[in-house]
Amino acid sequence: MAWLVMFFVVPMVQLFLVSLQSDYPGFPGYYYQDVNVANYARALTDFAPHFGRSMLFAGLATFFAFVLGYPLAYAMAFKAGRWRGVMMICVIAPFFTSFILRTIAWRQILSDEGWIASTLNAINLLPGGRITETWVAVVAGLTYNFLPFMVLPIYSSLERANPTVIEAGGDLYANGFTTFRTVTLPMSLPGVLAGTLLTFIPAAGDYVNAELLGSDVSTKMVGNVIESQFFRVLGGFPDAAALSFTLMALILALVFAYTRKFGTEELL
Amino acid sequence: MGIFTTRASTALREAKGDLRIENVTKRFADFVAVDDLSLVVPRGSFFALLGPSGCGKTTTLRMVAGLEQPTAGKVLIGDTDLTGSRPYERPVNTVFQSYALFPHLTVRENVAFGPKRRGLPDALKLADEALALVEMGHLAQRKPAMMSGGQQQRVAVARALVNRPEVLLLDEPLGALDLKLRRQMQVELKRIQTEVGLTFIHVTHDQEEAMTMADTVAVMNKGQIEQMGAPAELYDLPTTTFVANFLGQANMVEAKQVGLDGDRPVYEAFGHRWWVPRHRSSVPAGEPAAYGIRPEKLRLNHERPALGGSSAAAGPGVLRDVSFTGVSTQYLVDLPGLGTWGVFERGRWIVRRRGVARSRRICCSCRGWPGW
Amino acid sequence: MSASAVSPMTRVRYWIADRWVMTSALLVLAYLALPVVYTLVFSFNNYTKSNIAWNPVGSPTLKHWLDPCGPPGICEALVTSLQVGAVSTLVATVLGTMIAFALVRHDFIGRGPTNLLVFVPMATPEIVLGASLLTIFVQGFPSFQLGFFSIVIAHIMFCVSFVVVTVKARLQSLDPRMEEAAADLYADSRSAFVRVTLPLVLPGIVSAAMLSFSLSFDDFIITNFVSGDVSTFPKFVYVSYLRGIPAQANVIGFSLFLIAVLLTIGGQVVGNLRTKKG
Repeated sequence: MAWLVMFFVVPMVQLFLVSLQSDYPGFPGYYYQDVNVANYARALTDFAPHFGRSMLFAGLATFFAFVLGYPLAYAMAFKAGRWRGVMMICVIAPFFTSFILRTIAWRQILSDEGWIASTLNAINLLPGGRITETWVAVVAGLTYNFLPFMVLPIYSSLERANPTVIEAGGDLYANGFTTFRTVTLPMSLPGVLAGTLLTFIPAAGDYVNAELLGSDVSTKMVGNVIESQFFRVLGGFPDAAALSFTLMALILALVFAYTRKFGTEELL
Repeated sequence: MGIFTTRASTALREAKGDLRIENVTKRFADFVAVDDLSLVVPRGSFFALLGPSGCGKTTTLRMVAGLEQPTAGKVLIGDTDLTGSRPYERPVNTVFQSYALFPHLTVRENVAFGPKRRGLPDALKLADEALALVEMGHLAQRKPAMMSGGQQQRVAVARALVNRPEVLLLDEPLGALDLKLRRQMQVELKRIQTEVGLTFIHVTHDQEEAMTMADTVAVMNKGQIEQMGAPAELYDLPTTTFVANFLGQANMVEAKQVGLDGDRPVYEAFGHRWWVPRHRSSVPAGEPAAYGIRPEKLRLNHERPALGGSSAAAGPGVLRDVSFTGVSTQYLVDLPGLGTWGVFERGRWIVRRRGVARSRRICCSCRGWPGW
Repeated sequence: MSASAVSPMTRVRYWIADRWVMTSALLVLAYLALPVVYTLVFSFNNYTKSNIAWNPVGSPTLKHWLDPCGPPGICEALVTSLQVGAVSTLVATVLGTMIAFALVRHDFIGRGPTNLLVFVPMATPEIVLGASLLTIFVQGFPSFQLGFFSIVIAHIMFCVSFVVVTVKARLQSLDPRMEEAAADLYADSRSAFVRVTLPLVLPGIVSAAMLSFSLSFDDFIITNFVSGDVSTFPKFVYVSYLRGIPAQANVIGFSLFLIAVLLTIGGQVVGNLRTKKG
């Protein structure tokens, strides 16, 4: 317990303090404690587009992960039979190839010389002529990287559900889709909830996908800014801290509103 | 300190004699589960605690096991006070509801668990003997998950029995089994009890189970014992409405004692009079009372027999329903004022022979005074 | 020929309905697997400058598989990753298990806040955790050198939460009558814990440890913030991306994948054998 206090609470407080620090004039890289709200003002004005993009991309990635992940989880829970174990391994196993490596693999698969881009270009379906360095690639990468986080909770809540209840839905004259909408989906809601949070939160804070799959300007997310403020901009510490804190507050607020709306307290 | 605790617990473990529960009360927050209960279970008897769910029977059992501590009162075996001691210090073992076998251990390891904890050198041999007693020796290497409910049940019994406890507690042990298996296990448990001669305390809500197996049955309701005695005694002469209804079926009506005929109290309700033998009447004159009679004591008749003398009767009424159950035919008769009474008669065609038919006015009567 | 009440059109519809879920599931699995396959394929590429385009001359080649430590720094980074993973998994597992037991079994003051405190790191984006840890290391303890230990401390921090959640779930699903039965069968509280509770919770602890190892091993974002000059495997890959990633990275990445899959399958087979034996 003391550990968590030491290495979670204390750093958080410190981060908050740093976010209020100011530069020593003339000594970039040196700060003094202050109540410099300007850091936050900057975070919210200069970097507003980045926040917007973070939320938008993460939201899109969560949506696509749900659209792709639900059928997979459903198939694993109810259709896979003896192949369930194999499918499970297929979902989890890619984790073990470093996620950086997989993201880079995506960059190369989607690259201008890659077959996907060239095929689409050949039939003139690609307006900008390329996939990488666009938001499409970033969202695709985010969706890919956090898809298992969506699949696994949905799977476990579906697996716990009693299949006879679904059969009862069919028995009571609900057709396939109605059964799904009125019986299956509500039963898996806790899993969907956990899955969307587990996808959205890390996706919103991610910068690797934007860095590797996106372009310099138009796809940068908050994560990229924080990272570069910390490492590449002299004197960027307070700004970066303010950005981090705003990001966390924003996410917590969204998560809170979301759980309130769907009324489940038992996450995970 | 260590020495004393060890010695104390050894003394506890060697306690022998009757199980005595003295003025025990158990309160959970604002709910009284067991209310000033006193009870003596003679050594070597098969005792059943019978009652509906929530009546406090399982709580009583858990206090004997040491899994709960009473709010007030004492639990003793012989003269040794067990109150406040830990479950593992008591010469008491439990067959848990749905068994609680350790899933990570084999059957044999499950059974040997108790003897091993007590440091007995031949734990495995004892385990095998106990398994042989319940006829499960051939499955000793299995894990509990690979066994049927009935098999798990036997293992659970063996796991408790192997310790030769002074008192063996059975918490609804047959609840999860199907009817046929339950009957079979009832006989089996009775055999085992006779064979090992230990005190068995059996908690159940199934009156038939309690009556089949136990020497003594205590009917519990709302944390108290309503009545206690041999099964036949309780059945023939329940002292409260609750017991009458809980054990089998009863035709009951609120009645008033209106006088004495010789030394027999006479009860009256809705124009009916019943004579009850003095020893069967437990309510003083003038008090509100309930008259009851078992359905199988009654016969159906076309005519109402003369009152008084050597018989009792009710009716006339209307026959509402007839159902054949194999052993008997059950009739439901609507009696004005008295409600719907049941009459169980042996054989199938009595109704026709005696000229009673549905929707006709008929009477219920019986010989002697089997009511209460 | 018997006339069926179900029309051929409807039958086609049912046929599709029965299969589209599985089909789309397989497509999604393929989507998941694609980069892994790509990684494997390009580990055999005989490239000259950068491992991006497939070079038909001399490919496939085994040379990268035979010389996995060829590029400077790659195996050092791998070893660091393994060490960090091992140490932080060990500490996080022990610590997390203890916290889980405390949370489930003891009703202490501050249990609510503790629960929250365990949950919040999981609900916080990694980048915020990384940033906050960096500020505390840099400003709070200026003399502290970023490196192996700062990585370990950071990893333990986020792993603990996952361990607590996993072990707690297992503990809560544990049948309380198991411990009662143990007590009833003459086990005092210590031996009930050792003989019954611990073996029953162990699968949860093991999977928590595996989870925290894989989290720690694959973590990049937090590591990048607190690692200073020390390189871990993901960081190595990320940094070398600009210069071109050596195919040895593919070799190591895919090998890890293979080892993990084999371990998982092996574990399941052993588990199956054990249950069959009984």
